[in-house]
Parts: sequence; structure tokens; C-alpha cells
Amino acid sequence: MLKQESYILIAFGIFAGIIGAVYWFWGHEDSGGVMLVGAILLGLMPGLYYYYWYRRSGGQRPEDRPDATVADGAGTVDAFPSTSIWPFVLGSGCFFFVLALVFGIWLLVPGLSLVLAAFIGATAESRRGGSV
Amino acid sequence: MTDLIERHDIESSDDHGDHGVSHHDHHGPSGLLKWLTSTDHKVIGINYTVTSVLMLILGGALAEIIRAQLVSPTSTLVSFAQYNQLFTMHGSIMIYLFAGPFAFAGLANYMVPLQIGAPDMAFPRLNALSYWLYLGGTISMVLGFFATGGPAAFGWVGYAPLTSAVNAPGVGPDLWIGALMLTGFSAIFSGVNLVATIFYLRAPGMTLFRMPIFTWNMLVTGLLILLAFPVLTAALVMLYCDRHFGTHIFEVQGGGVPILWQHMFWFWGHPEVYILALPFFGMVSEVIPVFSKKPMFGYKGMVFATMTIAALSLGVWAHHMFTTGAVLLPFFSIMSLLIAVPTGIKIFNWIGTMWKGQVEYTSSMLFAIGFVITFLIGGITGIYLASPPLDFFTHDTYFVVAHFHSVVMALVIGAMAGIYFWGPKITGYKLHEGWGKAQFWFLFIGTQVFTFPGYWLGLKGMARRMAVYPNNPSWQTLNDWSTIGAIMIGISTLFFIINLLVSWRKPIPAGDNPWDANALEWFTTSPPPHHNFLSLPPVRSERPTWDYYHPEHPALGHGDHVSGHAEQKVSN
Ligand code: HEM
Ligand SMILES: [Cu+2]
Repeated sequence: MLKQESYILIAFGIFAGIIGAVYWFWGHEDSGGVMLVGAILLGLMPGLYYYYWYRRSGGQRPEDRPDATVADGAGTVDAFPSTSIWPFVLGSGCFFFVLALVFGIWLLVPGLSLVLAAFIGATAESRRGGSV
Repeated sequence: MTDLIERHDIESSDDHGDHGVSHHDHHGPSGLLKWLTSTDHKVIGINYTVTSVLMLILGGALAEIIRAQLVSPTSTLVSFAQYNQLFTMHGSIMIYLFAGPFAFAGLANYMVPLQIGAPDMAFPRLNALSYWLYLGGTISMVLGFFATGGPAAFGWVGYAPLTSAVNAPGVGPDLWIGALMLTGFSAIFSGVNLVATIFYLRAPGMTLFRMPIFTWNMLVTGLLILLAFPVLTAALVMLYCDRHFGTHIFEVQGGGVPILWQHMFWFWGHPEVYILALPFFGMVSEVIPVFSKKPMFGYKGMVFATMTIAALSLGVWAHHMFTTGAVLLPFFSIMSLLIAVPTGIKIFNWIGTMWKGQVEYTSSMLFAIGFVITFLIGGITGIYLASPPLDFFTHDTYFVVAHFHSVVMALVIGAMAGIYFWGPKITGYKLHEGWGKAQFWFLFIGTQVFTFPGYWLGLKGMARRMAVYPNNPSWQTLNDWSTIGAIMIGISTLFFIINLLVSWRKPIPAGDNPWDANALEWFTTSPPPHHNFLSLPPVRSERPTWDYYHPEHPALGHGDHVSGHAEQKVSN
């Protein structure tokens, strides 16, 4: 379960670490150093998390097994929303946020209202529809 | 509304063609509300593709004005101020609103779930939000044209101190910043979705090393997005604070560091080059094997090259800053040169795939080959620029403009390969081959005629971002050739639009699998039903659909697809 996936991320983090070390000790430049630390974390945090789950569960999902048949994958994949208005409401709210940055603070009124409406609406929708 | 997807109603089908008969019945909203509420990755993918192609056309129109201005050394078609706005908006629209969104959220959104046998993206509502943020960003950017004082004019890279409140007053620059924030978040969400989808929603038997190369590239692109875009967004927030809240992060007066902007911008900017390029590498990696009637040559090498390119792109950002005199030249030069190795592997593998194949020169294949050639030109001239002595000589000249236009025009050509290849899957109808080929030749030759004079002019010393060149009238001939190339590119776009219209008026039905192709998207109907698959074939290699339709070449039943490859060798 997620074994190879975790290896990819960890390898990425380690590689970023090597580059970061060379860069830091050779160049002594702060901004690049900080950003490369971010890159290390980007690889290691999810990578180690996946690795932890792989060690804990150990098992293989049908998509990890080369010989899995379609029947092995039978069961619930997940619940998927088929329609929802809330992404649009949230997106519009964010758009008004940006307009507020440009044209004036009063545009935060529609911006915030839309964002709040979307938070409430989407949460309620998830409750109704199960695990979305 | 929520649908619970159960895999057992997607049963493995034994006889050909029974899949796709009964469409999922859907009682949802209709009309405009249907579009606004859709969380279907296919609808979102089409939205992205259409919006970004419109932006390509808008950005292209601005480019034609730029080229028209440059036909004579003292032309007065536009003022100097307008010229600055033109190249800024041209570059910004092309990079932020066309190339990126088209590459990682357009066709990718549509195809990645299909290629791995998934019912949708992992987070469909987040995916929809991505699109609305992108659309908001697009509107903000375009609003800049209507701002008093005009749109942003500090170049697409927005270097400090050109962007300070003193040097760039007005709402135009703020709209530019806002647009980039919105599209930045939209990109981050697309990245999250790509990675989660590919990690969690693959079909049974679809191990990582059986994923189509395109899906592989989108996985790596998703990771690069997560690495790069937060840095850009952070830099934009800092810039906004400098402009409005009295901080001095990028301003010398007050103790700030202008060059910090360049570090942050290019820490995003160079990985961004691969965020743009990897999806198109993936597209042509789908197209070339199909029309060469062979499996991909060196599948694992291809995956390895993709990962290496992405990893190395972490350590090359300051090759854009060689001439600042403030960066570690040998480090960035070596890292940049190293990227040529995995890129070379890719070019080698594409050629190896075509080698001794039964190459069928469809429009899609022509575009794919055009991509490889044009990208190769851009890549080789990039190797020159990675060498500081040469870069000091050519920095900020038309050599650089020509270099990155070879690269980005390769992406445009690759985009067309993808559209001609996957269009039939999306619409159910093929595009016309005749118009497609006419478009190809104009686009391909036009691109070279447009870029080659640029290399030459750059070596002669013509600086970029200059509206006139009165002291060097001898540069006019080369500039005129470049403009002729740009006009040919414009004509090719016209052919594309004509082709869309002709194919709409005189449809050529495509069927489910018109190209006898490889990956899972060709197993379902064209267009696919809601939630994509009514049945799935067993996945035993990286080309499950091909295996299914060619039972005479059984893929091996066990893990190692490379040996599987050897045994399912098709042609010759
Ligand atoms: C019709 C095809 C195109 C033509 C004729 C064209 C033409 C030009 C020209 C002449 C310049 C230089 C302006 C100057 O420095 O004075 C330029 C700049 C630029 N172009 Fe293009 N271009 C085309 C397509 C593209 C595409 C497809 C992209 C990206 C995907 C792109 C991205 C850029 C960028 C980023 C700049 C730099 C802007 C700046 O200096 O801030 N171009 N283009
Ligand atoms: Cu670069």
C-alpha cells in the first residue's frame, strides 16, 4: 500500500537535501537555502507519512498488485459529488477578495459573504451526501 | 448530489463492444446551472481547454501587434508605453493563462482519470474550484486593459523595483498581482488533485510502472506544482505588502532586497518551465507509439528521465540571474547542463519508438514530430545559455527571446498533437486531416521563420523589449522575416478555427478507439459516460486497451512489463 509512492516522495526529499546542502555550504545564500528546505519538507513529510501507513497496514491494494483482476477491485470506490454549486460560490468570493485588494476594501463585503456561504453550504452538503 | 461508485457494476467485459450501451441516467440541473454546478472532471477539463485556447489566441493577437511594430526601425504603430504593456501582457497571458492551465488542467484533467480507470478526480469539488479561480484570474488579468493607466508594463517577470508603488502606480499592476494569486492557488489545487488521483484511484492491476507515460508526467508535474507555486504566491503577497502596506521587502530604501524577488520568482519560474513542458512530453509520448504501431521504446528510461528532470529543476533557478553578479555561477551552470542528459534520453526514446515502426503521418503525429524538432532547437540553444560566458554575451537579447520561443512554440505544437489525438475521444468526432496538415505546416515552418532571425539578431546585439532600433537600420531585414513567420503562425491559427468549423458542420464519427491506441481512455465510449467506465479490461501492461483488442499478442500475466513488452512485440 503506497510503498512505491512513498519511495518517490522520500527520494525527492533526499535529493533536495543533497542539492540544498551543496548549495548552502558552497553559496551561503539564504533565500535559496530556505526554499530548498521547503523542498526537502515537501518530499519527506508526505513521503514518510505514506511510508508509515505502508508499514502499519503492510497490505497491497489491487492497484499495487500486477496480477490483480478487476474482481479484486470490487467494492465501493468512493462517493463522488456529481454536482455542486459551492465551488462556484467560493471561487466568486475569492474573486471579490482580489477585487477588494485592487479597488477598495468595501468589496470584502460581497467577498466574505460568498466565502462564508460556501463554507456553510459545502459542509452541509457533505453531511447530507455522505463522505464526499 | 452525490454518487456512490461501486466497482462491481464495472465488471470485466469479455466480448468486444458491449460497453457503453446504457448511459448513466442523470437527473441534475440543466442549462447554465448545469455548467456552473458541474464537478465532472471532463466538463472542467473542457472548460480549461477552451478558456486557455482563447487566451492563446488573445496572447497571439498581442504578439502580432508586437511583430508589426518591429517591421521598421522607427515604426510608430504603438507608443513606447504601449509597447511595454504589450510585451508584458503577451508574456503574462501566454505563460500564466494559456500554457500552464492548458498543460496541467486542460487535457490532463480530462485524460488522467480516464487513463487510470478512475471515475473522476480525487477531489471533484476542489477541481471545480480550481477552474473558477483560474477564470477569476483570467478576468482580472484582462480587466487590466481597461484600467486607467493601462495594464501592467513591467515585463512578465515583474522585477523589483519596476513593480514598486512609485514605479508602477495604478490598478493595472494590482490586477496583475491579483490575477497571479488566483491562478496560483488554482494551480496548487490542480496539483493536489493530480497527485491524489494518481496515488489513490488507479484501476486494479494498474501498478505505478504500468501507468501511461502521460499520467506519469502529470504525477511529476503535480509534485512540481506543489513545490513551485507556493513560492510565487508568497512572493506576490510580499509584493502587494510592499506596494500598499508600507513594507520594504523588495525595496532598497528601507532595507529590502530587490534580488530576493528574482530568487523567489525563478525558484518558481524554472520549475514552471517543466510544469509547462512535462505534460506536453507526456502527450507526444502517447501519440508517437500509437502512430508508430510500436510500444514506447524505453518506458522505464522515460519515467526515469521525467523524474530526473523534475528533481534537477530544483537547483537551476538562478541561471536566469547569471548577469546579476550575485549568484553561484558554477553551481547553477553545472545543474543546468545536467538537465540536458535526461532530456536527451527522452528525445532518443521518441526517435527509438519511431525507428522501424510503421509510422502513420496523421496530423497528430506530424504535430508530435514537430514538437520534438522544435523543442530540440530550444533545448540546444538553452545549453548555450546555461554557460555563463555565453549568457553574459546574449542575456536580454533576442537570442534569449528566440530560445524560449522555440521552447514555447514547441509547446503550442505539442498542444495541437494532443488536441488532434484526443479530440475524437472528447467529442466523438475526428478533426479533418487536410486542414490539420495545412495547419501543421504553417505552424511548424512559421515557428522556425519566426525564431531563427531572432537568434541571429541576438548575436548582433539587438536587445529585447525595445520598440524601435533607429541606430541599426540593417536589422530590419531579419526583423521582417521574423514578422513573416509570426504571420504564418497567425494563419495556422485561422486554419485551426476553420478546421473546427468544418469538422462541426461535416462530422466524421470517430468511434471509441479510432487510432487503435494503448491506454484505458480508449476503452470507454467517445465521449465517456458520466463517471467514465461501464467496464474495465484487465490491466496487464502499460497498454491495456491495445492488449484487449489484440488477444493474439498476450501481455505477460506477471509483473515485469518490460519483459511483457518483449513478448507482445507487434509490428516487425
Ligand atoms: C504567435 C506566436 C508568438 C509571437 C509572434 C511572439 C512574439 C514575441 C516577441 C516579438 C516578444 C519580444 C518582445 C520584446 O522583448 O520586445 C515576445 C515576448 C514573450 N513571449 Fe512571445 N510570441 C509568440 C508566442 C508565445 C507563446 C506561445 C508564449 C508562451 C507560452 C510566449 C511567451 C512570451 C514571453 C514570456 C515573452 C517575454 C515578455 C517579456 O519580455 O516580459 N510567446 N513574444
Ligand atoms: Cu530556467
